[in-house]
Amino acid sequence: MTSITASHAADLVAALLFILSLAGLSQHRTSRAGVGYGIAGMALALVATVVLAAQSITAGAVALIVVAMALGGAIGLWRARRVEMTQMPELIAVLHSFVGLAAVLVGWNSYLEVESHGSAQTRIGTDLLGIHHAEVFIGIFIGAVTFTGSIVAFLKLSGRIASRPLTLPGKNALNLGALGAFAVLTVWFTVSPDLALMTAVTVLALALGWHLVASIGGGDMPVVVSMLNSYSGWAAAAAGFLLDNNLLIVTGALVGSSGAYLSYIMCKAMNRSFLSVIAGGFGIEAPSSGDEEQGEHREVRAGEVAELLARARSVVITPGYGMAVAQAQHPVAELTRRLRGRGVEVRFGVHPVAGRLPGHMNVLLAEAKVPYDIVLEMDEINDDFAGTSVVLVIGANDTVNPAATEDPASPIAGMPVLRVWEAEHVVVFKRSMASGYAGVQNPLFFRENSSMLFGDAKQSVEEILQALGGGGGASDPAAHQTAAAG
Amino acid sequence: MSAHGSAHHKSPQRIGVVAESAPGETRVAATPSTVRGLLALGYEVVVESDAGSASGFTDAAYVEAGATIGDAWAADTVLKVNAPSAGEIARLSDGATVVGLLAPAQRPELLEALAARPLTALALDAVPRISRAQSMDVLSSMANIAGYRAVIEAAHVFGRFFTGQVTAAGKVPPAKVLVAGAGVAGLAAIGAASSLGAIVRATDPRPEVADQVRSLGGEYLAVDIAQEASADGYAKATTADYDRAAAELYHEQAGDVDIVVTTALIPGRPAPRLLTAEDVAVMKPGSVIVDMAAGQGGNVEGTVPGRAVVTDNGVTIIGYTDLAARLPAQASQLFGTNLVNLLKLLTPGRDGRLVLDFDDVVQRAVTVVRAGEVTWPPPPVAVSAAPAAPPATAPPVVAPKPSRLSPAARFGLIGAGLAAMFAVVGFAPAQLAENFTVFALAVVIGHYVIGKVHHALHTPLMSVTNAISGIVVIGALLQIGHESVVVTVLSCAAILLTSVNIFGGFAVTRRMLSMFSTSPKGAEPR
Repeated sequence: MTSITASHAADLVAALLFILSLAGLSQHRTSRAGVGYGIAGMALALVATVVLAAQSITAGAVALIVVAMALGGAIGLWRARRVEMTQMPELIAVLHSFVGLAAVLVGWNSYLEVESHGSAQTRIGTDLLGIHHAEVFIGIFIGAVTFTGSIVAFLKLSGRIASRPLTLPGKNALNLGALGAFAVLTVWFTVSPDLALMTAVTVLALALGWHLVASIGGGDMPVVVSMLNSYSGWAAAAAGFLLDNNLLIVTGALVGSSGAYLSYIMCKAMNRSFLSVIAGGFGIEAPSSGDEEQGEHREVRAGEVAELLARARSVVITPGYGMAVAQAQHPVAELTRRLRGRGVEVRFGVHPVAGRLPGHMNVLLAEAKVPYDIVLEMDEINDDFAGTSVVLVIGANDTVNPAATEDPASPIAGMPVLRVWEAEHVVVFKRSMASGYAGVQNPLFFRENSSMLFGDAKQSVEEILQALGGGGGASDPAAHQTAAAG
Repeated sequence: MSAHGSAHHKSPQRIGVVAESAPGETRVAATPSTVRGLLALGYEVVVESDAGSASGFTDAAYVEAGATIGDAWAADTVLKVNAPSAGEIARLSDGATVVGLLAPAQRPELLEALAARPLTALALDAVPRISRAQSMDVLSSMANIAGYRAVIEAAHVFGRFFTGQVTAAGKVPPAKVLVAGAGVAGLAAIGAASSLGAIVRATDPRPEVADQVRSLGGEYLAVDIAQEASADGYAKATTADYDRAAAELYHEQAGDVDIVVTTALIPGRPAPRLLTAEDVAVMKPGSVIVDMAAGQGGNVEGTVPGRAVVTDNGVTIIGYTDLAARLPAQASQLFGTNLVNLLKLLTPGRDGRLVLDFDDVVQRAVTVVRAGEVTWPPPPVAVSAAPAAPPATAPPVVAPKPSRLSPAARFGLIGAGLAAMFAVVGFAPAQLAENFTVFALAVVIGHYVIGKVHHALHTPLMSVTNAISGIVVIGALLQIGHESVVVTVLSCAAILLTSVNIFGGFAVTRRMLSMFSTSPKGAEPR
């Protein structure tokens, strides 16, 4: 076994470990083992590659590798430890951008190693040279689109730029034009590689990535983040083709296709076409005529909500991004414990695209120690709303909008939503009557069984807790009699 | 879906609500309000004349709700409270479905009798104890009523107030109530007794119910012997050590309390003996015992099922087995609502057509006879409180996407795609062909490997794939130190960035996963 074959063997084992890792992450039971497999695979791949590389480079370069990895690792661990769970989407978006940028750098390096030498280069066989040119271009293109796309997603998620979709005139033509230009540049580059073309394609891809994500509204960010995850995988796979490295190809393809599948699940949940999402700029939530009033809304106070809850038999909480913004997950979990302690059945109904990341709400509720077996998916809970006493809509808007099922003219028509309005009472926690990210007015607020509790979600829930009082000994006997436990 | 529905449109099935023949049974399987729920599912409802009269529901009320009065036994689906008798089974039409409390574990002969005809039988008492099935759990809703009624029966016989009072005529001490077993019935009894003002104590072999007892105003009396936690939501048989310690506790309590309500039942077994004749003998004259397990042999020595007896020392032992039926209107309403919820599950199209899906654990568990074949017992199900519970439903898209393409067009597309792949690999240089093969296979694996991802794990999955995509670092590692300084600097930057990605991604995933928790075992509210 030479060091080359050993390294190939390590690549295979690492790839298998990555497959085990993704498979493990699909189920709660095996999820921790899944992370373990992933770490083992990555460690193996890194060690094998560094050992292989160390044979042909100077000690100084090895030292550089170690320093760079140590520094990067330290930064990564530090961020991972410090990040608030509500900021997970931003963190993941930033990490995606790193992968994209790294892919761009690898592509440029490859150009500097091979193409910049012109016909004097010796690395690549002449018959493969044309293919190599194209691979450099494709790698840089995907990497750069991922890079700027992720940066824009990060800026939107962290509120540093407005989340409104950017609507340049003829944006679809712009996207298609960029793709066409890319194809032309690729052909040109295969014929006569030069630095100006490299620069041109990099700039073009950076601009396209920026435009793709900028034209998508903040409300659709779960899909965008998932899509960028997929792109970052394709970028790694492209780098693998470039360097003829099977591990990179396998891993990139795994990440790319699993990310794409996840996006597909998201799209289904929002009733949107998968193709139009991966093509970007699917901002069908264009500014709508949703500003007209649709009736009177009723306002309630925290004390009244507490009374309502004390008398309730069953309560469903449907959280949304507003809960994350207000950091209300801890008081909400406390409210859940308090109500469950009184024998009220409390469950959570999570819309697949609630939050700004797939599964975002689950992570927040888990952080606050809400048991995951009472956190149900939309399909699991949708039929139960009719038998529910009180629904608390905490910071959700578009995912509970009846217009999606009832108004065919609505911009969100056809999107499956949580049918909260079928419950006896609905309490909507909201900062004001302004419409949500999608800019669509929500008729739910004007229903007869709905009431609005205005204010910061965290503060509102805390007030309800206060009004509910301590352990709940001397309150309504009705709540006690219906209690039961198994 | 509408197109699909109209293509196969048939007239809706009929549901029959029949009168109960069991002596003393006052309940009925549907009330006027639950009839509306059945109609909303697309069914027609036929009610047997006088079916609801013992519960206070007149035929006119059913008609007003939208049902017709007629031969309910001929319906496609017959809803009952109790198991049908042999004569009643003969009245069912071929292919009919009968739903009721069938006690499949205790009555194999009933299942045989049902399976002798081409019938389907659903046992409501076989609903598994998982969160999703809670809305169909008839045993829980009946136990809840029975627990309340047990306290009311005791109060009726007991010659004193429950609550302590200081009056001009002197001080009245509060009654002391002991509830044995803090299941659904026990908790309902604790709640009822404490809201009447009594001092309530409760015992249960499962220490995890202590909080629930306290939440209803009771005091939990622990038996200081370790017991293993409940895995299926029901109490288990206890160990000998435990039984000895518990017997001492009961003996001591019997001398002190005024009222004892026993609720201890273990599925498929005779009820455990909690109070012996000696324990009853030390109770004060005028005390009352309600033995809710009387029908299964009784928790108390001296219980007579169905009757109230007075012992030599003046203690009344109530052994009524129809406690829930003593609140007929309420019991019928809850029973009927449980049935509507079950039918909701069985009517996915809301089109009045009952469909049984054996891949669904709830539907599998309740179906004890299918088309003349006994399907009891079902494969075991763990309650959702156990960590190994499978996700209740798959993510929204496992089924093949509803394609507008005809099969021919679809096969054509698949063929064209495969041909394109063939061409790419066939004409490409060897190295590219090899890379491309690996790539195509990995894409397929990536798709299938996460095919059944649990919805709560989307974020962790994404952050792990993100960490893994940091593998692009390998590219930079292979380039560093080979060429000009520029290449080395760029590689260095790439290594730094991807390292942030790798370490950060894995660390944050671990942090997230460590947060996921289930309910404490067995403490799942029902």
